[in-house]
Amino acid sequence: MAEYLIKNGFVFDPVTGVKGDKKDVAIRDGKIVDSVSSSAKVYDAAGKTVMAGAVEVHAHVAGPKVNEGRNYRPEDKLFGTRVRDSKDTRMTGGFSIPTTFKTGYSYAKMGYTVVMEAAMPPLYARHVHEEMRDTPIIDQGAFPVFGNNWFVLEYLKNNEVENTAAYIAWLLRASKGYAVKVVNPGGTEAWAWGLNCLSVNDPVPYFDITPAQIVKGLIEANEYLGLPHSIHIHANNLGNPGNFQTTLDTFKLAEGYKTNNKFGREQTMHHTHVQFHSYGGDNWGNFESKADAIMDYVNANPNLTIDTGNVTLDETTTMTADGPFEHHLTELNHLKWANVDVELETAAGIVPYVYSPDIKVCAIQWAIGLELALLAKDPMRCFITTDHPNAGPFTRYPRIMKWLMSKESRDERLNTFKHADKVISSTLLAGLDREITFYELAQMTRAGPAKALGLAGTYGGLAPGMDADVVVYDINPEGPFTGEDIERAFTDASLVFKTGTLVVENGRVINNGNKRTLWVDAKVNENAQVMRDVEEKFLKYYSVSLKNYEVQGHHYIPNPYAIEVDATSEV
Amino acid sequence: MAKTVTDVICPFCGTLCDDLEVQVSDDGTKILEVYNACAIGAEKFLHSQAKDRITRPRMQQEDGSYKEVSYDEAVEYTAQMLAKAKKPLMYGWSSTSCEAQSVGHEIAEAVGGVVDNTATVCHGSSLIAIQDVGIPSCTLGEVKNRADLVVFWGCNPSHAHPRHLSRYSIFPRGFFTGKGHKGRKMIVVDPRNTDTMKMADVGLQLEQGRDYELLSALRVAFRGEDLPDVVAGIPKERIYEAAEMMKNARFGVIFFGMGVTQSLGKNHNIDIAIMVTKDLNEFTKFSIIAMRGHYNVTGSGAVLGWQFGFPFATDLSRGFARYNPGETTSNDLLRRDECDAVFVLGSDPGAHFPISSVRKIAHLPSVAVDPHITPTTEISKLHVPVAFVGIEVGGCCYRMDNVPIESRKVVEPPEGMMTDTDFLARVRDRVVELKAQAPVGTQSTAEAQGA
Ligand code: SF4
Ligand SMILES: [Zn+2]
Repeated sequence: MAEYLIKNGFVFDPVTGVKGDKKDVAIRDGKIVDSVSSSAKVYDAAGKTVMAGAVEVHAHVAGPKVNEGRNYRPEDKLFGTRVRDSKDTRMTGGFSIPTTFKTGYSYAKMGYTVVMEAAMPPLYARHVHEEMRDTPIIDQGAFPVFGNNWFVLEYLKNNEVENTAAYIAWLLRASKGYAVKVVNPGGTEAWAWGLNCLSVNDPVPYFDITPAQIVKGLIEANEYLGLPHSIHIHANNLGNPGNFQTTLDTFKLAEGYKTNNKFGREQTMHHTHVQFHSYGGDNWGNFESKADAIMDYVNANPNLTIDTGNVTLDETTTMTADGPFEHHLTELNHLKWANVDVELETAAGIVPYVYSPDIKVCAIQWAIGLELALLAKDPMRCFITTDHPNAGPFTRYPRIMKWLMSKESRDERLNTFKHADKVISSTLLAGLDREITFYELAQMTRAGPAKALGLAGTYGGLAPGMDADVVVYDINPEGPFTGEDIERAFTDASLVFKTGTLVVENGRVINNGNKRTLWVDAKVNENAQVMRDVEEKFLKYYSVSLKNYEVQGHHYIPNPYAIEVDATSEV
Repeated sequence: MAKTVTDVICPFCGTLCDDLEVQVSDDGTKILEVYNACAIGAEKFLHSQAKDRITRPRMQQEDGSYKEVSYDEAVEYTAQMLAKAKKPLMYGWSSTSCEAQSVGHEIAEAVGGVVDNTATVCHGSSLIAIQDVGIPSCTLGEVKNRADLVVFWGCNPSHAHPRHLSRYSIFPRGFFTGKGHKGRKMIVVDPRNTDTMKMADVGLQLEQGRDYELLSALRVAFRGEDLPDVVAGIPKERIYEAAEMMKNARFGVIFFGMGVTQSLGKNHNIDIAIMVTKDLNEFTKFSIIAMRGHYNVTGSGAVLGWQFGFPFATDLSRGFARYNPGETTSNDLLRRDECDAVFVLGSDPGAHFPISSVRKIAHLPSVAVDPHITPTTEISKLHVPVAFVGIEVGGCCYRMDNVPIESRKVVEPPEGMMTDTDFLARVRDRVVELKAQAPVGTQSTAEAQGA
């Protein structure tokens, strides 16, 4: 029986409603418990901050496009390359696209214990799983992409929600996926012909369906199944001036739907990296923030959750299943462009990008990301991300926390931009005085994302019975502290327990943990038509055979954590 | 009686066909027949059945003869050799599974080795070009479903990737390509009049080593600018014609091979071929795909990528990963006498490296892991035969378009034979024991520089 007691820390836990009280956290056999015996190993957290392990709702950390990013950017290894922490850990390397080992270790050091890979091309699912297997410590799941999948387009063209749901259940199983991801619905299929869909009403070439129909149909299918997570969408028209209107149009598609799930999830749509979707103006000259319009809508509509996609002002590597966007980007910055179109399913593009503080647009993007979080009335519905590595590497989370929690720190940054005046006049940030509190931070990085993912019973909190993912940060929330103190404390946690195992001590990884792979096993009634369609598509159009498609086996998922959903019904 | 195993993956070339059917004896020990494979693929399956196959490790003796040794002795010899070496070269990895590669990397990390794969003499130049200019690409199924124009440049799939044309690129009928090959135009560029060239709608038989010029001329032609009368031996009218065909395609693709990657210009040829492709995306949709040779060389690059960040020529000797082709590439290391032991698995440098490098290997402590007797095993101190991946043991393999497919076990290996993953795992465990006392790496230069 392994017992630990973390004593006297200032505890912040939205699940139990603890707001910085001095409390003890007890762990027994991998779970949080009310109390432990006197033989428990005691850790003194006096003067420090204690939270549950953080939950990453959206990052690109494993799979074909991430790896193409690594392999085609040797220059990204110039910095951040390290020898092993100890004999038990592996070499690490890379900055914006770190190696899998570095990914696991860096998240763990910051106190993150669950990380969702945001876009898995189903045909490449094995690759995603091989990388996740080699990413130590953190529990992971991956979101297969559905928004441009031929089965989905064909079923939804005819409003066949039940067939769509059966296909989703089948594909989640085949790819060992976690949720329904939608990237540039219809636009990526159009990209196979070099085209795009920039509004929710642009028809998808050949398939005779619009992005709006795809999104609504997928919400219905998602709720028909009662999946733990809602649909997780990256809307059309990402990255373009004036796109906030498309974003609002996309939000509105979720109106009128009710959630249906047994996991405590309340939203019907999660919109990701909203920073990239909150732009006003109609060109790069009059480009401006529309974070207020976006957040007014989000605040008024509890059926929505979002994550921010904060720009960190680094050189990074953009990568997305939004193929046409990456082509557009390489035309803008003329940096090297990689693209892969994936048969029947999706596409992906990659382009390096330098978010320079000397470029007005980059600085405005930086401000917008912060505004979204600062304007959020309900921190349980707005999560901090960088859409890693798109707006910046996840290793910058502590810096974003600094900017959100210290007005002084963010004003210092804002006021020293080369084009500070123009940036200030095109954004709202200078007028926002709010400083995110430790409790709100725990909502935005722990309890909130866990709840939106349908994992509230397991992760993101310190209630007895939950997984013992517990983090101690070396910062006294009662102060005094500077912005720099915040960044330092959240970069290298003092202690990190993953499912009750001490994995990080004083910022060093000491144990590779017991990593699990989350996937959703959804049961539906037998659906002969869908199975016939699957067989036919593999016979005629896929380049691999149906029998070689499903991800199975210990070497892909050594430690599975299947979440079961029963959507069968009486016939 | 016999049973048939379906959906079998062919562990031979980067086409990685996954529709083979193999008839196996009832007791699961013998392959009787192989269906759907091309001749070279079928040969690989049948060859595994050879009666005179070596099934135990062999040590070369002073007089050049061989003595059978046990796997235990082979593990010990290999582990000792690697643990003692300052900078062992661990080469190959292209004809094995990703699991084996992964264990190999653990060993390399523990001993400070250099991991390099066959790209070093093959598509390494393509990988360098991709690092320079990126790569717009697609899966082979996209080609099947959409392509109406296919260019083969410096490759001869009729011989090297025999089922490529029928499965993906020319003959199949796909979703938007219901007419099959009748709906596709085919351009072939090669100095030789190959069998692939003979099938082409437009064959451009260019002068040897002039690929860069011709690719450059295409970029000029796309822009409607003037060309000299003849470029690379091709009259300008034909270049304009090819350029128009490419611009007017709905979905085009360029496949390229060793004819451009290893001829004069090397990575620069691929650079500009990629820029040709990028240019074409101004007009239409175009992709470019390397015709990778070994069935899992792509997987080796993938696993190296996610574990260390580089696709080949990865030097772990300093305690962190370095990559510098020309310095950390196998032949350069051998030529400069920089490695003091050689471990080969899943390739045959004895047959593919320059003779000067082969001589170096012959003079170094060396271990070759290979199911076959090869020129490499003949010059190695220790030959460790193992089960055939994709025939006698499964494992993940990456097709030339990076699509991962799990290969299948269809028959049992000969009694008592190890798989390469098992052998490597035992070597790793022994190496870790031997290294247990050694200090872990010190501060990296990157850290020292305050990165
Ligand atoms: S084309 Fe290549 S993979 Fe296909 S059967 Fe022939 S050798 Fe095997
Ligand atoms: Zn994303």
